[in-house]
This record gives sequence, structure tokens and C-alpha cells, in this order.
Amino acid sequence: MSTGDIALAVRGLSKAYSISAGKRQTTTLAETLVNRLRHPFHRARRETFWALDDVSFEVCRGEVVGIIGRNGAGKSTLLKILSRITDPTRGEVDLHGRVGSLLEVGTGFHAELTGRENIYLNGAILGMKRAEIGRRFDEIVEFAGVEQFLNTPVKHYSSGMYVRLAFAVAAHLEPEILLVDEVLAVGDLQFQEKCLGRIRDVAGAGRTVLFVSHNLQTVSLLCNKGLVLRGGRVVFSGDSHGAVDAYLRDLEATRLAGDENSDARPGSGEYRFVSAEPCKALFHGGDEKGVVFRVQRRRAGLSRFYLSGLLVDANGHTLGQFDSRLHGLTLPEAESFEGRLAFRTPWLKPGTYRVDLYICSLGSSPIVDKWENACTVYVSPLTPYAFPVPADAIALGTVLTDFRWEVETVGQLQGIAAGTEMDRRRE
Amino acid sequence: MAPETAEVQSPPPPPTTDGQPAEGPPAESAAPQRKPWLVIRPRSGWAALDLRELWRFRDLLLTLALRDIKLRYRQTVLGVAWVVLQPLLGAAIFAFVFGLVAKLPSEGIPYFVFAYAGLTAWTAFQTTFTKASTCLVQNANLVTKVYFPRLVLPLSTAFGAVIDFVCGLAMLVPMLAAFHVAPGWPVLLLPVWLALLLLLALGAGLVAAALSAQYRDVQYILPVVLQLAMYASPLAYALKVVPEKWQTLYSLNPLVGLLEAVRWSLLGSAAPPVAAVAYGATVAAGTFVGGAMIFRRAERRFADVL
Repeated sequence: MSTGDIALAVRGLSKAYSISAGKRQTTTLAETLVNRLRHPFHRARRETFWALDDVSFEVCRGEVVGIIGRNGAGKSTLLKILSRITDPTRGEVDLHGRVGSLLEVGTGFHAELTGRENIYLNGAILGMKRAEIGRRFDEIVEFAGVEQFLNTPVKHYSSGMYVRLAFAVAAHLEPEILLVDEVLAVGDLQFQEKCLGRIRDVAGAGRTVLFVSHNLQTVSLLCNKGLVLRGGRVVFSGDSHGAVDAYLRDLEATRLAGDENSDARPGSGEYRFVSAEPCKALFHGGDEKGVVFRVQRRRAGLSRFYLSGLLVDANGHTLGQFDSRLHGLTLPEAESFEGRLAFRTPWLKPGTYRVDLYICSLGSSPIVDKWENACTVYVSPLTPYAFPVPADAIALGTVLTDFRWEVETVGQLQGIAAGTEMDRRRE
Repeated sequence: MAPETAEVQSPPPPPTTDGQPAEGPPAESAAPQRKPWLVIRPRSGWAALDLRELWRFRDLLLTLALRDIKLRYRQTVLGVAWVVLQPLLGAAIFAFVFGLVAKLPSEGIPYFVFAYAGLTAWTAFQTTFTKASTCLVQNANLVTKVYFPRLVLPLSTAFGAVIDFVCGLAMLVPMLAAFHVAPGWPVLLLPVWLALLLLLALGAGLVAAALSAQYRDVQYILPVVLQLAMYASPLAYALKVVPEKWQTLYSLNPLVGLLEAVRWSLLGSAAPPVAAVAYGATVAAGTFVGGAMIFRRAERRFADVL
């Protein structure tokens, strides 16, 4: 990549937030003044939290870069700095082109204004000139599919229409560099496809796109480059498949680290999980899936607590939450516990899933132990269905379902049940 | 952790889309390096007002102003009528309390008209100041998610005030006719006084806005401050009514000269002392520039604290 083709270059970018340790940070002028008077020479003990730490990378014109990382890794902060919403603490960014950012859908939309007015308002807020919006007005309306409702106040729109309209305006931004922050998490599948298509078009037109997402599948399909952040630092910078691999390896490494050093995990730590294993090496999607675990007390002082867990698929979607309060189960103080988390539903699609385990207290500091990626659950390719399964028949759902079709033709003597009997009889 | 360099925003020539190197000597490498369209760096110290950037966002400025005006009319039951009713009711109350009960003199003009003329100007000042000081907190969702020169927000509040002022004036015309009061040539200076009042309101509002972003209790102090300012200004009474020995101290209020000047333009009453008007004008301009600079210095933290 020659230097003439760089779209943006980031060098040593760092962003620090100061958190006052100890006393609550004052947010009223009155308190601040009183504090000043009472302790004129007291400097609050400030802890610095580095949301970004010495980030450097380069993006060439026309690249679509996926930025992935755990929550709190600094992805949104990075986009905010690149969008000039907040200043960096250190470092520099060279921008070779106009930046348009989409950090939120429908920024500035006001419920009392009509669809038409909101298009102009939102467009202006995103940086488009009035004339530009006018030129694209029909395209925007068509993309959103709200032609009949242009003159009704947006408060009467369904949430789907609202999101479609909001994205339609943003989709017609044509900056040289486009920054997108997980805005595709909203909307139905069809809409998400449309949005992805639009981003692909923008990228195809030679524009540069930086795309923050948790959805690894989207990142590997859409992006040709990837950037992995962890704790504010760049862990990997290269092609998108490499980035996804690096991210998954990183998750795995965290799990192993979590196994070895449970005290390094988040949580107040009175109790810690010391082990978590799936009951079987391979589960069938419709079986009862189980995870055996052990908990040990590290410190006294916590009287009652409950357990919780999350089931997360390979794409980062949380499929289930196993909160023991839903069964009225809370645990008393004891030296150690062991037990099993078992669940039959949802039926899982073949693949890998991770289980996060939590110990939570009923008191003021809720999280006692948080173990992300405590264990991995493998689900076999044999689905619970009685018939051979074409790939596209289960591709679109996040989980498998226990369903049936009941169909009757009108006017015939016999009813048809569930489809299976009928087919056999025909042949 | 203290950032070193001040931000240098390269004045943006239209970005070179054809890939040709724009200008600039070759750097360390052999290939010629393109000068970046924009460099983002940590900022420290005072920042320039950057009028060029504001001009680039003039569409947004107008759109926001229009939004506020539209919303105001759509959400009130009385709609446009409220704009006119407010000063009318205010003047009526003043006329009763100060004109009838307290019997304050009003320089030979019917007290109601006297009060009303002052109130239209005062309302323009008051609403601009209030709206400007709360605009950041109210539009926090914009500030934290989109880039635009933050000055656009408070500046957009001034437009509504101008429209209100014009509507208020429209009501004044029949009143003047009814009471046979005819303003002379000074009426041409009215836009100047309005502009100065708005500069003063915006300047103070910018400082209040910057403070409000950081400290949420500031918004609650402001109405009190405004009340005090109202009674300390020649609104219900003329400057002449103030006892001689207090007049100098009293005239430290920049609104004194400006409000008297407004009444001089509208009602043809006695001309205000030139010194007071000049003082008011200077303070207004100074407050605006100073307020804008303070705002610009504080704005880099807005997205972090809102």
C-alpha cells in the first residue's frame, strides 16, 4: 500500500478518563465550591482509566475494516475520537477524507416532527447539506418504505418503520470515510440484510469503512481487514479472517487464564468457581445439556447469593440466561459447593457455544464472580429432527425449535396432520 | 497525561479524490506524502472561534433553529398566540403592580405601553439566555453521538428570540397608534439594540452552558439570577427614577443602557446617556467574545461529561 492511498493513519492514540477514587465525584457546582473552601489544597486522588492505550494502525482507501473486541475494549471510544466527538489524550490521527459517522440510528429524531421533517433534520445533523438531502430525498424514502407516512409525526410510526427511516437517512451519507458502530443490532433480519447490502455498496464505491461489531459472521463476510482490541490496545491488525481467529484465540486464552487465576476475574470474590466442565463431550441439540461446576468460598461475609449463567453462540448472540432466582434458588454460606447446570431448551444448532457463569449477591455489589467462557459446549451435527436437514432449512434461526405444522386442505375428506403421515401415504 | 500540542486543524481544501498527492515536500520515504485533510490531536489551552467551520455547518444551524420554532408552535395549545400573549400578560401585570399600585412614572407615556416596549426586548434577552444555557444538556444525545461545531447549538437559539421579538413588535404598532405615540428616526436603530442584547444573552448563555454541562445544578440557579437582573434593570421603571447617588452603581448593569435605548427607539422617549449605551455595547461584545472563547475551551470535554 503506497502512502498515497492511505485513508487514515492512527499513531499512538490514547484516551484517558479520570475516575476519582474514594469520594464520589462531585457533579454539582455547589458541592465543588464547598469542597474547595473546606479543603483548599486537597487534590482528589484520581485514578486514570486508559480506554485506549497507544493504538496505531493504518487503513487504505477502499478497505472495509472490522473492529472487534470484548465489551470495554475501547472500540466505541476509538470511533468517537475518529469522529471528533471527543478529544484524544495523546497521539494523532491523519484523516485523508471527510468522515461520516453512524454511531447511533436516528440521532436527533423528534417524535413530534413528521417523517419528512425528520429526514431533513437527521440529514443535517449527520452533516449533509440541505440541497444534498433534497436530491436524495426520494431514494431515502424508497429505501425506508415509508412513502405514505411522510407527513405523519414520527411518534405514530411503528418501531420498525422508525428504525428503517433512521437508517435510510444515514445510509445515504456519502463520506469518504464511513464509521459505523454496531447499529445493525436493531431491526429485523430483512432490514439487517438491506443495511449490510448498503454498506457493501458504499465500500464497493471505493470508500473506506470502519465497522465495529460483535457479530463475527458479519465481520468475516463484510470486511476485508480486521482490527482486534483488548483493554484499549491493538492485539491484531491484518486481514479479517485472521482477526476473527485472533479474537477467538484471545477469548480462549482468557478462559484459560480464568481457569488458572480465578481471583483475577471480575467480581468481589467471596466465592469463586473453581471448575466448570460440560457433562458430555458432545451433545445432541435436543438433549438435556449440562455443565458440572464447583464453587469455593474465598472469604467469609456473604450470606446469601444466587447463581446465574449465559449461553452464548459462536456469533456472540446470547441465547439464554440461567438465573437461579427464577427457581427461587438462593444459596447459604458454606465452604464449597458443587452442582450441575442443566437445560433442555433451547434446542441448539450444531456448533460451539460458550457458557458464562456468574455468582451474584442479593446485596449492594451484585457480582461476586464473573467467569466469561467458563466452558465450551459442543453440539453435534445430528439434529433432533426425523428427516434429513438441508443446510438452509436451519440457517436463519439462532436456535432450533420444537415445532409442528398442522395443515388441512379445505374441501377434502381427510385432514392432514403434521406432514409426515401424508407424505408416506402418497408414496 | 497533560497533552502537549494544541490542535492544528489544517484548513480543509476540498479533499483530493483522484488520488494525486496534494502538495508538500516528500517526507522520509521516497514516495511523496499527501498532506492529510485533517489531523486530530489533543487540544490544550484556548481555541480559536473557527468561523469557517461554523459557516460550513450553516445548514445545521438553520435546521436546528427551524426545529425549535416548529416544535414550540406544535406543542403549545395556543400556538402562535402564546408568543404574543406572554409579553402582553407581563405588561398587564406590570401595569397593575407598578403602574397602578406603586404609581411609578413612565415619562409621559401610558404605563402599559411603556412596560410592554421594554418587555419585548427583555423577553428576547431572557429566552435567548435561558435556551442557550440549557441547550447542551437538552441536546446531550446529539453532542455525544455526532460531530458538529458545538457553538451551533446555542447560536441556533437566538433565531427563535428574533422571531418572537418581531411578533411582539407587531402587537406594539396598534398600541402606539391608539395612544398617539410616534417614534422618530431612532426606530431605525432598533435592530442594533436587539443585536447587542442578543450578543449579551448569548455570551452569558455560553458560559452558563459550559458550566451546566459539567455541573448540573447550575441550571437551577439561573432563573434566580434572571429575576434579580430583571429588577435591577430599567424595565418597570425608567433610569431617571433611580436616585442620583445610586445611578452610577446602577449603570454597571449593561442592560441599563440597552433597554433605555430600545424604549428611545420604540417610543420616542428621552435619549439615554451615550455613555450608558456605549458601555452596554462594549460589555455585550466583550461578553460574547469571552463567552465564546470559554465555551470553545470547555467544549472538548462535553462529550465526556454529558
